[in-house]
Amino acid sequence: MCLAIPGKILEITGNQALVDFDGIQQKIIIALIQNPEIGKYVVVHAGYAIEQINEEEAMEAIEQWKEIAEDQDLDLTDML
Amino acid sequence: MEITDLNILRSKDFTDKIIKSINKIMRELDKSIKIMHVCGTHEHTISKYGLRSLLPKEIEVISGPGCPVCVCPAADIDKAIELGRREDIIITTFGDMIRVPASNLSLSELKAQGADVRIVYGPNDAVKIAKDNPNKEIIFFAIGFETTVPLTGYEIKSNPPSNFSVICAHKLIPAALELLMSIDQLSIDGFISPGHVSTIIGIKPYKLFSDAYHVPNVITGFEPNDVLLAILMLLKQIKNKKFETLNEYSRVVKPEGNIVAQKIISEVFESVSSPWRGIGRILDGGLMIKDKYEKYDADKKFDIKIEKSTDIPPGCSCHLIMTGKLSPNECKLFRKTCTPLNPVGPCMVSMEGTCSIYYKYYSE
Repeated sequence: MCLAIPGKILEITGNQALVDFDGIQQKIIIALIQNPEIGKYVVVHAGYAIEQINEEEAMEAIEQWKEIAEDQDLDLTDML
Repeated sequence: MEITDLNILRSKDFTDKIIKSINKIMRELDKSIKIMHVCGTHEHTISKYGLRSLLPKEIEVISGPGCPVCVCPAADIDKAIELGRREDIIITTFGDMIRVPASNLSLSELKAQGADVRIVYGPNDAVKIAKDNPNKEIIFFAIGFETTVPLTGYEIKSNPPSNFSVICAHKLIPAALELLMSIDQLSIDGFISPGHVSTIIGIKPYKLFSDAYHVPNVITGFEPNDVLLAILMLLKQIKNKKFETLNEYSRVVKPEGNIVAQKIISEVFESVSSPWRGIGRILDGGLMIKDKYEKYDADKKFDIKIEKSTDIPPGCSCHLIMTGKLSPNECKLFRKTCTPLNPVGPCMVSMEGTCSIYYKYYSE
């Protein structure tokens, strides 16, 4: 029930946006998020965007994960 | 950022690293650890990817009351069924809800008897049905945790047509965590908290909880490595005797949560003591529609009272499974009389119900 999936905003019309979910495009409601922007990713639950993904934070998290995955000797318990 | 960068979330090398660290920290801890999650989507990730089999046997990951369909009281479904018998009423709800057995029937059985029961993808679809059918009353049977609440709230405050109303069966997660901590025999060492509920409510409600009960909590995403990393983050807290709420899912969950959604929730709803199926009444465990919007409250509009209902059918163990006291395999009906095709209890119906997930992913 609390499933939400990420998609990319392609167009914005009023409180709705056309969002691309990995090739499938669907109109969703964007009234629950602040400053929706074309080209950004949103997390969508039951046809409503519930959050815009914070790209800086996402990239930071991913970069940290990449470093961890690439460094064979690293002990994860010291990283958290 | 391209979303493909997120492939690292499924990197096997990363999985290996996390498991290695989990094993190391467990050797240092040298005791059994019980971790509970309260989200059907987390149980889905854990079961589908076989995460329990990757963990040392001293770590037990149990499933809590994380399926909103499962915790919806039979009396609320009975109410929808009674209203759905009327020819001038169309009942709308999420697909997961219509097969859940109530005291006598499910909504899908009512539909088979000729009632107009429709599955909607979101509450906006229910409003559209109301606009398209001005001579009918359209009731949206609203279930779900904080993730779903603002969707219903948004439609209620957007001036929907007067033939639209809501049975409000929404439930709130933090209150359920408090109740779980009060069950002595559970003795939970740490919680994996639901990422999308947290997207709405932010970190604060959990912080109050981890501070009050000295139990670590990690807000967690839904990829396998998210869940494993959360377990490691819990273990590290247990080892250091530092009990707080951490946010593993920071790529989506902001510390303050979704302020727009929170404002909509407090504008439209107020928290109430609320019954959870098989668990009992939980203080501040649910929501009701505020008087300001009472014309959209189906309870007030139709004044239906259900005198007697049956939450747990004879032999069913859903109440014990939802509080982590029993595993589905220990229920005597599981896989025998209770199957996804013929569910006896609510946990076998929804794709997020613990029994339904165990039926699909675990062998006998």
